[in-house]
Amino acid sequence: MSDLFSKFDPLIEQREALLSTGLTDPFNLVMERVESPTVAICNGRRTILLGTYNYMGMTFDPDVIAAGKKALEEFGSGTTGSRVLNGTYATHKECEDALKDFYAMDHAMVFSTGYQANLGIISTIAGKEDYIVLDIDSHASIYDGCALGNAQIVPFRHNDIEALEKRLKRVPEGAGKLVVLEGVYSMLGDIAPLKEMVAVSKANGAMVLVDEAHSMGFIGEHGRGVAEAQGVIDDVDFIIGTFSKSVGTVGGFCVSNHPKFEILRLVCRPYVFTASLPPSVVATAATSIRKLMHGADKRAHLWQNSKKLHAGLKALGFTLGTEEPQSAIIAVIMPDLKTGAAMWEALLDEGLYVNLARPPATPAGMTLLRCSLCAEHSEGQVDEILAMFGAAGRATGCI
Amino acid sequence: MDESDETYSRVKALVEPFNKKDVAVTPDTRFQQDLEWDSLTVLNFVAEVEDEFDVLIPVNMQAEIETIGELSAALDKMKA
Repeated sequence: MSDLFSKFDPLIEQREALLSTGLTDPFNLVMERVESPTVAICNGRRTILLGTYNYMGMTFDPDVIAAGKKALEEFGSGTTGSRVLNGTYATHKECEDALKDFYAMDHAMVFSTGYQANLGIISTIAGKEDYIVLDIDSHASIYDGCALGNAQIVPFRHNDIEALEKRLKRVPEGAGKLVVLEGVYSMLGDIAPLKEMVAVSKANGAMVLVDEAHSMGFIGEHGRGVAEAQGVIDDVDFIIGTFSKSVGTVGGFCVSNHPKFEILRLVCRPYVFTASLPPSVVATAATSIRKLMHGADKRAHLWQNSKKLHAGLKALGFTLGTEEPQSAIIAVIMPDLKTGAAMWEALLDEGLYVNLARPPATPAGMTLLRCSLCAEHSEGQVDEILAMFGAAGRATGCI
Repeated sequence: MDESDETYSRVKALVEPFNKKDVAVTPDTRFQQDLEWDSLTVLNFVAEVEDEFDVLIPVNMQAEIETIGELSAALDKMKA
């Protein structure tokens, strides 16, 4: 009998080699207690959280928690069913209404995770004769959505407007076209030139889907994302988002003005063939989304944090993913996985948690220490973070 | 497909910048096993080939192309 697991041997060996040096496993961290959106206890030690995507710090908002408790008591712990059967409660409709109000769009569909939202929408709307033209650095959920469907998949060079245009022009006459873009790319924290890309897509007769998972709540005048900030949200056909970042719980969604959008509820398999979110989760999401509409002060503070951390890390001598801060993600580029893992551990010992990101999740084989800021990080915490980066960087020879 | 084929030599030139292991390239060289390219390298290489030959090579089609010679033949067929 051949062992089906032998294909994982190279990864198992790489992991064992890394951990045999006595290094803490970067992919096995346990938070023993969580004190706030920015602080947890890890290995018995107070740790500042700088890798949670909890951009707007809504996870401990008293109104959000109260809404969740109320729904838990009134509607129970779970729906035990699909959205199209017994899994749609008043709370799910309230959550979709909150999304429609937040984005000022006609339709909103809530999925059990953001991953499933991409999986479902992309695989369902692009059929066998259609072409999906997508940025090469797209998130795994976008690629998996492509793999689940039957469309022709054509990636183009990251953020390259001309490369996108060339490919759109090469699609055979009459074929359907879907362009898939992201507002913020989560590995380096860089934003897309959506203004130009959406215009090029429309000029070539394509529908456009933009994943705004990493921009909701703080980019754009109403926090609707990069498409709003660049003035093209009205030309975007589908926006995909998540509740597991700024909204502060779990779940995914798609909003759209397409007149036939509601039919997706019957034909989208990752929506139909899974249980809906628990009522407490959608109730917390609805409350959080409505509060995010009025989060201007928090938004401004988050941007201050991002600028301060970016400038501080640059001054310390680190190489960063972007020249200027473009989002709430600051990626510190490490020379290799070994140094990256050592630096990650040194930061944890100092009391700071960041994400260690490595290929294949990262572009160009890079190892990254990815930092995501929170509107609840105080200025003092950002100072502490910079001091820890300085100490860990010197200890590991990174700077 | 022999070494003197024009399409093959253009493809071979595009392979070189990605040939990090300095593998001696022939028409029978396989992208995955011989060049040891990961999926991301393949995507980036295909983007170069698409622009050089002004064609689309969707991911689905890539699955059937194993060697540099096969890619050259597929390109000749597309351009024919």
